[in-house]
Amino acid sequence: MTERILDVKNLRIDFHTYAGEVKAIRDVSFHLNKGETLAIVGESGSGKSVTTKSIMGLLANNAKVVSGSILYHDQDLLKKSEKEMQNIRGKDIAMIFQDPMTSLDPTMKIGQQIAEPLIKHKHLDKKKAWQQALEIMKLVGINDAEKRINNYPHQFSGGQRQRIVIAIALVCYPEVLIADEPTTALDVTIQAQILDLMKDLQSKIETSIIFITHDLGVVAGMADRVAVMYAGEIIEYGTVDEIFYNPQHPYTWGLLNSMPTLSSTKLEAIPGTPPDLLDPPKGDPFAARNPFAMKIDAEQKPPFFKVSETHYAATWLLHPNAPKVTPPDEIVRRWQLYRKMNNQTQVH
Amino acid sequence: MRKYLLKRVFYMVLTLFLVATITFFLMKLMPGTPYSNQQKMTQQQIQIMNQQYGLNKPIWQQYVIYIFGMLHGDLGTSFQFSNQPVSYLISSRIGASAQLGAQAMIFGVFFGIIIGSIAAINRNTWIDTTSTVVSIIGKSVPNFVLAVLLQYYIALKLGWFPIADWGGFSYTVLPTIALGVGPLAETARFVRTGMVDVLNSDYIELARAKGLSKFGIVYHHALRNSLIPLVTLIGPYTVALMTGSMVIENIFSIPGIGEQFVKSILVNDYPTIMGVTMLFSAGLVAIILLTDIVYGIIDPRIRLSGSEG
Amino acid sequence: MEEKIKLNSDSFQPLAKSESLDNEKIAAPSLTFLQDAWMRLKKNKGAVVSLFIVLIMVVVAFGSTPFIDHNSLVKSAPKYANLPAKIPGVSINGFNGKLKVAGKWVDEYRQNNVPKDKYFVLGTDYLGRSLAERIIYGTKISLIVALVATFFDLTIGVAYGIISGWKGGRVDTIMQRIIEIISSVPNLVIVVLMLLVLKPGMTSIICAIAISSWTTMARMIRAETLSLKSQEYVLAARTLGESPLKISLKHLVPNLSSIIIIQTMYTIPTAIFFEAFLSFIGIGISSPQTSLGVLLNDGQKNFQFLPYQMWYPAIVLCVLMIAFNLLGDGLRDAFDPKTRR
Repeated sequence: MTERILDVKNLRIDFHTYAGEVKAIRDVSFHLNKGETLAIVGESGSGKSVTTKSIMGLLANNAKVVSGSILYHDQDLLKKSEKEMQNIRGKDIAMIFQDPMTSLDPTMKIGQQIAEPLIKHKHLDKKKAWQQALEIMKLVGINDAEKRINNYPHQFSGGQRQRIVIAIALVCYPEVLIADEPTTALDVTIQAQILDLMKDLQSKIETSIIFITHDLGVVAGMADRVAVMYAGEIIEYGTVDEIFYNPQHPYTWGLLNSMPTLSSTKLEAIPGTPPDLLDPPKGDPFAARNPFAMKIDAEQKPPFFKVSETHYAATWLLHPNAPKVTPPDEIVRRWQLYRKMNNQTQVH
Repeated sequence: MRKYLLKRVFYMVLTLFLVATITFFLMKLMPGTPYSNQQKMTQQQIQIMNQQYGLNKPIWQQYVIYIFGMLHGDLGTSFQFSNQPVSYLISSRIGASAQLGAQAMIFGVFFGIIIGSIAAINRNTWIDTTSTVVSIIGKSVPNFVLAVLLQYYIALKLGWFPIADWGGFSYTVLPTIALGVGPLAETARFVRTGMVDVLNSDYIELARAKGLSKFGIVYHHALRNSLIPLVTLIGPYTVALMTGSMVIENIFSIPGIGEQFVKSILVNDYPTIMGVTMLFSAGLVAIILLTDIVYGIIDPRIRLSGSEG
Repeated sequence: MEEKIKLNSDSFQPLAKSESLDNEKIAAPSLTFLQDAWMRLKKNKGAVVSLFIVLIMVVVAFGSTPFIDHNSLVKSAPKYANLPAKIPGVSINGFNGKLKVAGKWVDEYRQNNVPKDKYFVLGTDYLGRSLAERIIYGTKISLIVALVATFFDLTIGVAYGIISGWKGGRVDTIMQRIIEIISSVPNLVIVVLMLLVLKPGMTSIICAIAISSWTTMARMIRAETLSLKSQEYVLAARTLGESPLKISLKHLVPNLSSIIIIQTMYTIPTAIFFEAFLSFIGIGISSPQTSLGVLLNDGQKNFQFLPYQMWYPAIVLCVLMIAFNLLGDGLRDAFDPKTRR
């Protein structure tokens, strides 16, 4: 049995705004196994960043955890004091941010910025900390690190800055690394480099990664398992193959269908916009955009239906009484591929 | 960098020259003669006086003499105090004004930073509200009103400090407070806004993600980033202190430039008025240049672009 | 899922198009820019209170015109000189005609044989003039000076800023140099110099303040014009051949309005301060004319013995300044979407 190092259970988070309570996270549960990469996929506003910030204990002041727990090695992170969280952040659980252009302190030498977690958590003196900072800079692929350690952030390009942000996150060899859209703000060519670097470092440092993204394309090469989020809920999760080749939820179909592939000639957009979380719908939140919506979708929230040991999806379409529907062509093609793959492994 | 500096200094001199010219001709437009006992003087006496001060020459000659004099540090002779050169008048009084101005600036900026950053850290609490109220009052209550109140209640009634005059440090306390409250309020507001922005920035979130303590974040990251732009306020503060000194020095009878300026205005002593105007203007221009240079030194982003450009 | 699942026979029927949920509905009501700003301003208690204070002061000051005669304010009545405040029916020391003299409360009205039915709500000054009337009249003068000066300041500043920003190039450079020269001399020094040349009086003060303080407005308007100039709708208007004047009136001024309003709200208290400052040091408006600065100057002379003569005008001045500053802050927050949190 694989070891679970992070277990999020029934998490609910509200945001207090002047218009009312925004129910940003509505009963989210997932877990992270040791050494694996879990991708959380969803469009902006689906609550993926809020989820990770609650793990880090970095929620905004107007956010309130209504219920749930986040177990890290059997300790509930939500019950920890700010002081206790400070000792976990950056040491056991570290984070990579989205925009490398704004996430480095413009007035501090990057050497110091990388060394800070070491000084805080490993109680190193400045000289030793800088020495280790230098090593990690080399590890993340900053050329001429001896010289550049004394530079300021504006002297680096976007890709290099993201390498530095990664260096800061990894400098204490954390057990869990949360990467919040680490490549979104970068050029496509740089994206690939950063992803390669992360994969490479994961094997060297032996860390588990939660990878947040809105881009399914990035997920394929990175993740072991995928959770799809929509309107503050996880609507489908499974291994990367299951999600890519045997998707069950119409939203996942929509996401895959809007992704360019070698064979596709036309990209399909998902019509409409996500529901307003000030007043979430009582049924399936995706019903309004779902071409396969049924009456029950408007009335009751679908529970998770088991597809396989590792694969669950929250859609009424999986209910035994539900009519069989034909998903878009692209999905049908993927389903066929999946069956072929499974047959081959069985033959093997 | 050197080219940039030379250019700036050149513009500075040009500006001062234009200010001198405009002031000179403005003074020539002034109605009446500068002699205090004008009514009693005969036409002949006035002519003799005019000759003595060079006022009988054509205006362009007077102008050339004035400008050339200024290049040699000669600002003319005061009308009010016969035969006293304006430059002497100014240099004998500049010490008190400079000391007062510097103290007021340090007092205002120091406490302004403390109040402003405490307010930002405790945003939307009663501490924040209190500091906002303090800075609004500090910004709104005219410094001369405050000076009169301080003088009466603290000095006269409580007797904690001397009422007026210029002696040791204790004489400077009340005028420093009266003069410094404006900059204090402005600094507090500025630092609060800046720090609230900084505290909401991504790099502060990254610092939190590193596990730094609240104090560590404020001390190592937030303070520096929100204080650097404060340098740009030194120019406006200088203006506030110069104008403030005109009335504060008067109230506390401090023998400084501001007090002299008001005296000269009341008796139409225009060589002195011109001299003080030039001094204020030169001081202000120099300080603005200085703050630009300092800004470039302390902000690494500007430092680089400066050396490349 | 702990909830019980209730299934009906038609549960798995497709959702009809008409039944399909309206997901384009937005929960928050949509507002125009001004409505939005007004809504946010209304939430700011300080700003709302300030707005009322300013309105009340303006109404009282200007509404008093038919009742408070300038001539009676200039006339002195020495037999009523330096009387403290007396409000009939109030027996708090300081407001009942008594004054603290050498540590004892003395009824000044009886001492000076003032008729029983004669009283002054805020007392009188050293010439026996009603302080309340003088303060109201002085507030009016201070407000006129400030408002008129601000109006000119605004007109010059906005026009200068738009021209400088719109023309760009050499015109802009020269215009910016001029601003630089003007701002290399402290504002108040310029005002003082202007006052020496012009004949002292209200008009001169207004001119002097207007001439010296438009540069801030001009700078801000220029910066904003520069950024607006490259906006698509302005480019479109230019391509269509609209005249620069029409563009600036139709497109620029409306978009600059928030900056203009905010900046105006900060200019008014500055102008009030300048007037008070100048009159206080004796080169602005002078007795027997009245303004808040004049009253402070008069009051300061007797402050040691008759503190109320300075306190009352000082309070009025401070309240006015605080109200304008708070209103300015409120408007800035209301107009600036960045602070929308």
